[in-house]
Amino acid sequence: MIPELGQFALILALLLAGLQALFGIAGPALRRDRWTAAVVPAVAGQFVMVATAMGCLVSSFIENDFSVRYVAENSNSALPLFYRIAGVWGAHSGSLLLWIFLLGCWTVATAFGTLRLPRDFAARVLGVLGAVSLGFLLYTVLTSNPFVRLDPPWADGLGLNPLLQDPGLAAHPPLLYTGYVGLSVAFAFAGAALLEGRLDREWARWTRPWTTAAWAFLTCGIALGSWWAYYTLGWGGFWFWDPVENASFMPWLMATALIHSLAVTEKRGLFKSWTLLLAVLGFSLSLVGTFLVRSGVLISVHSFVASPGRGEFLLGFLGIMIGAALALYAWRAPKMQSEAGFELTARESFLLFNNILLVTACGTVFAGEMAPIISNAFGLGKLSVGPPYFNPTFLISMLPLLALLPFGIHARWKRGGLGGRGRLLLVTLAAAALIGCAVAFGVFTGAGVLSPVGMTLGAWIILASLIDPIDRLRRRIAIPRAVLGMTVAHIGLGLFVFSLTSVQAFTAEQDVALRSGMMARDGGYAFQFQGVKSLYGPDYSGEQAKVIVTRDGRAVTVMYPQKRNYWVQHMAITHSAIFINRGSNILVALGQDLGDGRWSFRLQVRPLVLYIWIAALIMAGGGLIALTDRRYRIAEPAADQAAGALAGGKVR
Amino acid sequence: MIRYFIPVALFAVLVVLLALGIHQAPRKDLVPSPLIGKPAPSFSLPSLSDPGKQVSTAALRGHWYLFNVWGTWCVSCHIEEPELLAIARTGVVPLIGLDWKDSRRQAIAYLQAKGNPYQQIAFDPGGLEAIHWGVYGAPETFLVNPQGIIVYKYIGPITPRAWARDFLPRLPAAPAVSGS
Repeated sequence: MIPELGQFALILALLLAGLQALFGIAGPALRRDRWTAAVVPAVAGQFVMVATAMGCLVSSFIENDFSVRYVAENSNSALPLFYRIAGVWGAHSGSLLLWIFLLGCWTVATAFGTLRLPRDFAARVLGVLGAVSLGFLLYTVLTSNPFVRLDPPWADGLGLNPLLQDPGLAAHPPLLYTGYVGLSVAFAFAGAALLEGRLDREWARWTRPWTTAAWAFLTCGIALGSWWAYYTLGWGGFWFWDPVENASFMPWLMATALIHSLAVTEKRGLFKSWTLLLAVLGFSLSLVGTFLVRSGVLISVHSFVASPGRGEFLLGFLGIMIGAALALYAWRAPKMQSEAGFELTARESFLLFNNILLVTACGTVFAGEMAPIISNAFGLGKLSVGPPYFNPTFLISMLPLLALLPFGIHARWKRGGLGGRGRLLLVTLAAAALIGCAVAFGVFTGAGVLSPVGMTLGAWIILASLIDPIDRLRRRIAIPRAVLGMTVAHIGLGLFVFSLTSVQAFTAEQDVALRSGMMARDGGYAFQFQGVKSLYGPDYSGEQAKVIVTRDGRAVTVMYPQKRNYWVQHMAITHSAIFINRGSNILVALGQDLGDGRWSFRLQVRPLVLYIWIAALIMAGGGLIALTDRRYRIAEPAADQAAGALAGGKVR
Repeated sequence: MIRYFIPVALFAVLVVLLALGIHQAPRKDLVPSPLIGKPAPSFSLPSLSDPGKQVSTAALRGHWYLFNVWGTWCVSCHIEEPELLAIARTGVVPLIGLDWKDSRRQAIAYLQAKGNPYQQIAFDPGGLEAIHWGVYGAPETFLVNPQGIIVYKYIGPITPRAWARDFLPRLPAAPAVSGS
């Protein structure tokens, strides 16, 4: 009964999404006020239906209803409740429903956020969101229905992939999707501006907080995914340029460019058509990414089971959606004139470089992503593109981006120049170079050419970001939230670059074979193997080793790396032990039983790796701070600015 | 202004490339098990009907056989039973059963009530042998050739359509073994 209810709710949601798109787009165009007024009720109805469908699927998982195919294929009665719930988005159909559910959440938030905007514009924004939702609901209902029944039902389910049995599953997809889907709001704002054929600085002010919020979620989602891969898969890394990682990284790069370009459009009324294009491309890339992951075109650690028809449908959908947006862009964008010019050394120029470099970086990732598909399509054989391509090409656009950042944040708008901060910038550069070289050659040894450069750049970005806030503090001028957020995000970036460099240059890694009682050394630590014992879990059995870690004769920790065999899926998973000591990550992974009491181990010491994720969270935090700036509180459309400001003050 | 048409033109090229990509996409559905193309795990287990006798892969060499994992506790296996009996009656290929995580008394009673499609049944109460075959859940059926190589694996109850579509074309045209 409950699955049928869910199915029914899904179909109703589909119809309501269609109405939302129709009313929102056609209402203002045909000047039918009653249509326009019906958009918000359609949004509410659609959300209730989507939430019902989501609730029904969750309930089927909790109840172990193995007559539902999706539940039977992805859950099992031996699975703890927590993973039965997280398992809802453990595979294709359910994660699609989560996608739609989160889109519903964003749409409802947007409906509230646009209440005070001109009514036609708000209706168009919601209409575009309705069209996106319509596409995904159609996709779900026609090709990936999670409520399909099994006749006869299975006695028990196949279980959740053991790799996914981790708290990371509960958090990573929802966060990442929140970011992915959030970009649809910026897309909808761009769509509404294109439909209206008008774009002013106000538009940029309305769009900014949504973009920043989506970007912050995307940042957290990507960082969490990388953390998850690092400690669950025990691969001992943080980024692999896996096609699916790239699929989330490309929209991130675009969103980062969009945030900066929106700043110029808001402050100076420039880059209008460019900003629109970025807003369209950001969300387009998340659609293309979804397609690449789910159509089976690419093979990756994330690959979903491909089934015929799904790829074609998604391609058709994204072709119509993005094609329409870009065609509209080609038609309307020439009319969006910039309001003024600027000097070469003005902040506008630096932000333009920022955009060009970020889009170039995104383009190189995209090229690497597409190369295997193109080579396959033209019968040129299997091509695998990995870090040897991505690392250097990505660096080529990133290095100038990082080097220009300290100038960019101090350059003045329009007229240009550094406003007397040139000397201060040089001083911070010297200090940063000192720190960079000291860490690269003093703390660690055997640094290459790039590591002092990377560390200097990272330190310089942090120091240069601090100049302005410190200056304001000394002069007792309040720091606006937007400026504070920017500063925090840039400090996060600096920390990220610094720790990334340290990990890349100074990781110590080796594979050793140890007999009980034997000792190995790695990265300044000593590891003593103390034997293996058997292990029993709810749905697995395995072995657990005991390893005592010491540094300079002093005890650091005891580590217990595991190997688990999951019965139901018949899968062996390495559960590496991870310990964080002074920001360094110590990883011990248990390998194979080599016979006569010897076991193979992988030992790894990665200095400062923890700060990579902390830095990403700081960046996201900066975004969240920035979007609370009172400038983004939208006052009543009437001229009564003072009352609006007062209301804003009260809320605080 | 031509330049504003560049994005939509590039996008059109991309869609064409992706459409080509779909048709060339690696077919994952054809490889449902890493065991396909590999030798079947060798085992020697006590027979279900006669604990004194052994069922072993060594004795099965040289013939095609269907290796079917089942249990009396498995609801889907009950559904599959009539089709297995029908397959056994055709005599195209002998069925070897693996009675998985089951009780001997119940299994024998079950076969007496419903009919026995199997030529031989290995008894695996601990479920260890099924692990070697990479069994997810019963029923699962493996088609093994005379060289002892797993040719095909089928998950879930075999239906008449699956039998005609997935199994028969993989078997040699003439019955390899007559029913014993």
